Amino acid sequence: MRTFDIEKIRADFPILGREVNGRPLVYFDNGATTQKPKQVIEAITRYYADMNSNVHRGVHYLSQISTDAFEVTRRKVQAFINAEHEHEIIITKGTTEAINIVASCYGRAFINAGDEVIISAMEHHSNIVPWQMLCDEKGCKLRIIPMDDRGELDLEAYKSLFSERTKLVSFTYVSNALGTINPAKEMIDIAHEHDVPVLIDGAQAIQHLAIDVQALDVDFFAFSGHKMYGPTGVGVLYGKEELLNKMPPYQGGGDMIKDVTFEKTTYNELPFKFEAGTPNIEAGICLGDAIDYIEGIGLDAIKAYEDELLDYATSRLSEIDGIRFIGTAKQKSSVISFVVDGVHPYDIGVILDKLGVAVRTGHHCAQPVMNAFDIPGTVRVSLAMYNTKEEVDILIDGLQRALNMLA
Amino acid sequence: MTINEIQDELIEDFSFYQDWMEKYEYIIQLGKEVPLIKEEYKKDDYIIKGCQSKVWLYPEMRDGKVYFTADSDAVITKGLVSLMVKVLSGHTPQEIAQADLYFIDKIGLKEHLSPTRANGLLSMVKQMKLYAVALQMRA
Repeated sequence: MRTFDIEKIRADFPILGREVNGRPLVYFDNGATTQKPKQVIEAITRYYADMNSNVHRGVHYLSQISTDAFEVTRRKVQAFINAEHEHEIIITKGTTEAINIVASCYGRAFINAGDEVIISAMEHHSNIVPWQMLCDEKGCKLRIIPMDDRGELDLEAYKSLFSERTKLVSFTYVSNALGTINPAKEMIDIAHEHDVPVLIDGAQAIQHLAIDVQALDVDFFAFSGHKMYGPTGVGVLYGKEELLNKMPPYQGGGDMIKDVTFEKTTYNELPFKFEAGTPNIEAGICLGDAIDYIEGIGLDAIKAYEDELLDYATSRLSEIDGIRFIGTAKQKSSVISFVVDGVHPYDIGVILDKLGVAVRTGHHCAQPVMNAFDIPGTVRVSLAMYNTKEEVDILIDGLQRALNMLA
Repeated sequence: MTINEIQDELIEDFSFYQDWMEKYEYIIQLGKEVPLIKEEYKKDDYIIKGCQSKVWLYPEMRDGKVYFTADSDAVITKGLVSLMVKVLSGHTPQEIAQADLYFIDKIGLKEHLSPTRANGLLSMVKQMKLYAVALQMRA
């Protein structure tokens, strides 16, 4: 394992040097989006200063180098998640669009009235609503894998949900609201025993866990660039070649066609069939720089550091009177959700903000999870590789101060 | 007192608090003074949408003037709604609908007016003005 030099890492993230409300920023909202290292920020500037041009179109020099750079990212993503083919990497706007592509295109082709889609009780709204929309349109049904009060999925119940009508399983690898790491491989194997393909929402996993889509044997895998130290507006849908080829295109437009006449259009091959219109070129290219940055440090080293920080933060937060952790699964990653007796999460968030500490409060786009725990929302502390124990101490002091004011 | 006289008085009150912490403690204190909405009105019909915390607001017309009662499950939000009630309650619908609420900026709470802020101060202001207009039309 490479050495993990936290001072050097922090120095790479310019925003960590700024103040908020007169105090040094302590950024614990990484589940919403991560900050960007200067390697990514500089790459964005370099793109516009040196190579801005549309991709996959022009014969001229700039178009060729921007296209090359865009396609380099595709190969970096392929290597990063160990996909078999680079054309299995579809560049999207983000996780949400990636899930919507599967719901829309796989759904259109293979899911009909009376069929069933299995999701879990801990999904983000973006892995619920696309399936509900499909069900409204097609007359199919959603089946929900239940979870227990620690925030772990009930795998026995999961097994019992399968029937000959089950057409797809879609679940999150890591819960954004609870931090639970689901046993993805085991769940995929169970689905495959029933010949049912699986989509994994990897939005909260990609920046914390090493992903190998072939070892997982997952059929679709979705994630976002901005949660892995990269730009906003770019994400990835990985899909197995065989499935992607069977699916109709998502949107119609430029880049996704082979030939267009007013009588008939033939579609382009993978991956372009699913990439209509000019993509977010700069974000697509610079996602590659974010991957380089992560690989330069190493996900094993990142995970070891973040796990230690998670343990430290959990143990320090346990000192707070009246705290209740929401999500106490055995396998957790970088997310701590909690409530404090008699205090609204929103009030805590406002006071912490005044102290320079950024946390998220509310339902975290996972209202069914909040309903399951019978709470209006939580305070969520989500960690990244650049956070430190000293920042956790600042959070604890701030929380004590907030509770003194609010209680 | 007119709406503007109340606003000016609040601006003067808040000017004593330079430190944000004292300011928020004062807001929380004001929350405790809000005329509380009756339990029977604490239902979805009287909830202000757009708040991360729950805010209930109930308007009544007496002698040509609108009176508000309110509550919230978050203490800072309760302080903010209390401020609004203090300024707007007891005035005619027309005065409420036309009120220019300059005090929010002057006491340093402008950040709470942004549409993306989860406390819904903007929604509170809109709803109170809407209630005033609706009550005037009914009268």
